[in-house]
Amino acid sequence: MKQIRNFSIIAHIDHGKSTLADRLIQYAHLVDDRQFRDQILDNMDIERERGITIKSQTICLPYTSRNGVDFELNLIDTPGHVDFSYEVSRALASCEGVLLLVDASQGVEAQTLANLYAAMEHNLVIIPVINKIDLPSADIETVKHEIEHDLGLDPEEAVLCSAKEAIGIEDILEAIVARIPPPSGSMEKPLSALIFDARYDSFRGTIVTCRIFDGTVAPADTIRLMSTGAAYKVEEVGIFRLMREPRKELSAGMVGYLISGIKTVSDTRIGDTITLETNPVEKPLPGFKEVKPVVFSSIYPVASDDYQSLAEALEKYTLNDASLTYQKDSSAALGQGFRCGFLGLLHLEIVQERLEREFDQSIVMTMPSVQYRFYLTDGRVVTVDNPQYYPDPVTVQKSEEPYIRASILIPERYVGAVMKLCMERRGVNSHLSYPTPGRVEITFDMPLAEVVFDFYDKLKSITQGYGSFDYEITDYRESQLIKLDILVNGEKVDALSVIVHRERARERAVKICDRLEDEIPRHQFKIAIQGAIGGKIIARSTVSAFRKDVTAKCYGGDITRKRKLLEKQKKGKKRMKQVGSVMIPQSAFMAALRTSDEE
Amino acid sequence: MRNRPGGCCGLYVHIPFCRTRCIYCDFYSTTGTGLEGAWLKALQQEILLYQADFGRVDSLYIGGGTPTVLGDGMLARLMETLHAHFRFAPDCEVTIEANPDDVTRARLGAMLGLGINRVSFGVQSFDDGELAFLGRRHAAEGARKALKAAIGAGFSNLGIDLMYGLPAQTRQRWLATLEEALFFKPTHLSCYQLTVEGETPLSRMIGRNEASLPGEEEERAFFLLTSRFLEAHGFIHYEVSNFAASRRFFCRHNQKYWTHVPYLGLGPAAHSFDGVQRWWNHRSLKRYVEALAMGGKPIAGRELLSDEQFELERLYLGLRTRRGVRLPDLPETALPLVEELRKARLVRVRGNRLYPSRRGYLVADSLPVLLSR
Repeated sequence: MKQIRNFSIIAHIDHGKSTLADRLIQYAHLVDDRQFRDQILDNMDIERERGITIKSQTICLPYTSRNGVDFELNLIDTPGHVDFSYEVSRALASCEGVLLLVDASQGVEAQTLANLYAAMEHNLVIIPVINKIDLPSADIETVKHEIEHDLGLDPEEAVLCSAKEAIGIEDILEAIVARIPPPSGSMEKPLSALIFDARYDSFRGTIVTCRIFDGTVAPADTIRLMSTGAAYKVEEVGIFRLMREPRKELSAGMVGYLISGIKTVSDTRIGDTITLETNPVEKPLPGFKEVKPVVFSSIYPVASDDYQSLAEALEKYTLNDASLTYQKDSSAALGQGFRCGFLGLLHLEIVQERLEREFDQSIVMTMPSVQYRFYLTDGRVVTVDNPQYYPDPVTVQKSEEPYIRASILIPERYVGAVMKLCMERRGVNSHLSYPTPGRVEITFDMPLAEVVFDFYDKLKSITQGYGSFDYEITDYRESQLIKLDILVNGEKVDALSVIVHRERARERAVKICDRLEDEIPRHQFKIAIQGAIGGKIIARSTVSAFRKDVTAKCYGGDITRKRKLLEKQKKGKKRMKQVGSVMIPQSAFMAALRTSDEE
Repeated sequence: MRNRPGGCCGLYVHIPFCRTRCIYCDFYSTTGTGLEGAWLKALQQEILLYQADFGRVDSLYIGGGTPTVLGDGMLARLMETLHAHFRFAPDCEVTIEANPDDVTRARLGAMLGLGINRVSFGVQSFDDGELAFLGRRHAAEGARKALKAAIGAGFSNLGIDLMYGLPAQTRQRWLATLEEALFFKPTHLSCYQLTVEGETPLSRMIGRNEASLPGEEEERAFFLLTSRFLEAHGFIHYEVSNFAASRRFFCRHNQKYWTHVPYLGLGPAAHSFDGVQRWWNHRSLKRYVEALAMGGKPIAGRELLSDEQFELERLYLGLRTRRGVRLPDLPETALPLVEELRKARLVRVRGNRLYPSRRGYLVADSLPVLLSR
């Protein structure tokens, strides 16, 4: 156990986390340089494109230190977005230390801070690493100063490197073995292992990634997942190299995988404790939370014939992403579909992109919603996450919406702008504190609905990327909620309906109408787009008609050519949804959903 | 019900010769001389390959190119050949496209004698400046003379082709051209909006910013003005660009293109349709002649229409004409759209047929996409 180190890398986006991970892997010679594929850990297309990690990955790197001792270094990769902060916290709970990566030319940025605090909460050893020192714009002294003043860390402990140029990699590895403590724990105690990831393999079922805190686990053991009580027989255990490498057992301090006949990822819970059926541990490891979806939206196939194919895609998708929940839904405008629950808006976008790209689905998504509560005159209380089920207004005695406690870390100069943003989003109960000089932590109570859509993007833009944001759902509070409907040429498009606070209704309606005006192509006739509450129109816009497209001649030689052109246009139509007399492109539903105003 | 076996078919002959090329035209023709003999010989060979497959002919259209560059003798030999190999209906519509500069009263009389009973003059404009811009050989006076000659020779079915939407053309000038055309009591008018085709001198001029065409709203205004003006003078606007003095004068031949009636196109670049297949000849006189000299068909390409393609064609071709389409042929999803289009007064419904209104013609190219399955 003394020769094991468990660590993670935390960094601001673009500060070079993936590149550093690649270098560390390369240094371990797990793969020959010719085969080396950049950013091995981010192996989903979307992750590569967006440069963020969605599913964390783990790899065990062999390392022989300068003084000749052999180590096993477990690099635990973490997702990088607030939607996945719980997953991050479980990954960090599996480590004893972190590399805090700071860009030598950009310096300390907000996300670095938020991640640092997360690491500190877990009492991890923090090794500052200054990356990109090869850049002409690198300013090591200033960054060191920031490390001391903004982060409160000893700047002399910082390791200098350039992941891109493979400079200082060995220094980092030496710092890891020297400064990060070996895991503690006892092989003699009952098994206690933390699940921090799970993924689906079509041949082996669910592969659980875990950190063993105490005890040992080996094939043929019967394990129990403490939150569900379900028991499974272990088929295989092992560690991660680039591929899975089976071992006879996993023991205290190790990070590895476990295969045990668990069918789908949703049978496991991130943060759950694994123990042995025969010799169980008394108490589970701390910090387990049931992750519940907070944003809901329906997914419909663009062509209604594709419903079955979408159902199959969702089933396959959730094999590997247990945080997505779904059930059948139907809409007058869009036909048969599914109501889905997401961890946040980014999660929603990722699901959408993966369904389209990896599962080849053409889908339309409806306006995201949170879960509202309605107290009815007959004494019933109903929870509604789908505007379709908004109760008859005359029966509603009281309505409530979920509130969060938002905490935002920013440099002092942005306080004004951020306060303004939070007030606009109906934030109340603000508190300001100064954790370090020049930095401000603002906390606000805010409706969840106000942050799930675009709050984070907005915050990032007004703080030029320096704002970090975290939240937890606190309670439900009374709120004046109404249902806003969108009508296209007089036809209600139920997929665009949304439950909103009365005071925000008009603004929201205007935005949606404007968005749709931009996205719905001109038709042969004028299209009226209206936002309405009950029967009352509160916003409107118009898509003017196009007036001429006919070509003058159509004789023998023109017929085939012209038909080919129309065939192409017909294909384009397949990506549209017909609502009444109007063809609404899929992009319009997406655009209406983005309520942010980048104008 | 695709084609109707036993029905009459159309015959098209492409005369691939022009003295000079007009700046807007992308029909196939050559300005070379002395090739007429080789062309006619090849054409005679081509006829032999098809004569058995096509039944009775009730429309013949001699187009081009410029058919009237053929001398009287050559034209007579062409007509003789066609009559020798195809069965012509007694009331067969026989049209020739004529360039005003090429005809005299005597020549027109000779044409009548050959059984040509419809002449369509490429007048384009009665404004000399416009004619010069378009690269036409004739001037307005030449057109007037030719039209008078045709009337004098005894043509009772007289068509005039005109063009609008020319750079800097005013509505007044266009109306003046229309009015003058009506003076000759044509039975048929084709009014084409000047269109930039692929590789033409006009497209290059536009590319170099040496000419510019009217915008969408202006083109629309010209279109509606034309339609209103001619309908006020008793014409039927029976296709996007075609007007007839009465139903009797709808161009029988051209309607075949729009209704999937079989037609055989002879000559280079000609297109044919037999009810199921469409094919088109080499767009080069040389290759056309060579292919036939080798004993083969001079075909450059062909296509077999799938049911879906056939449906789409029926829809889009139908929606370009006053005849319209059958409502029961539309998919169910189209019905709310039909209602909307009616409200917008772009289509009308009569019996079980749906057809475009005057303003509907303007969007006739996108209606089929909207209404198709």
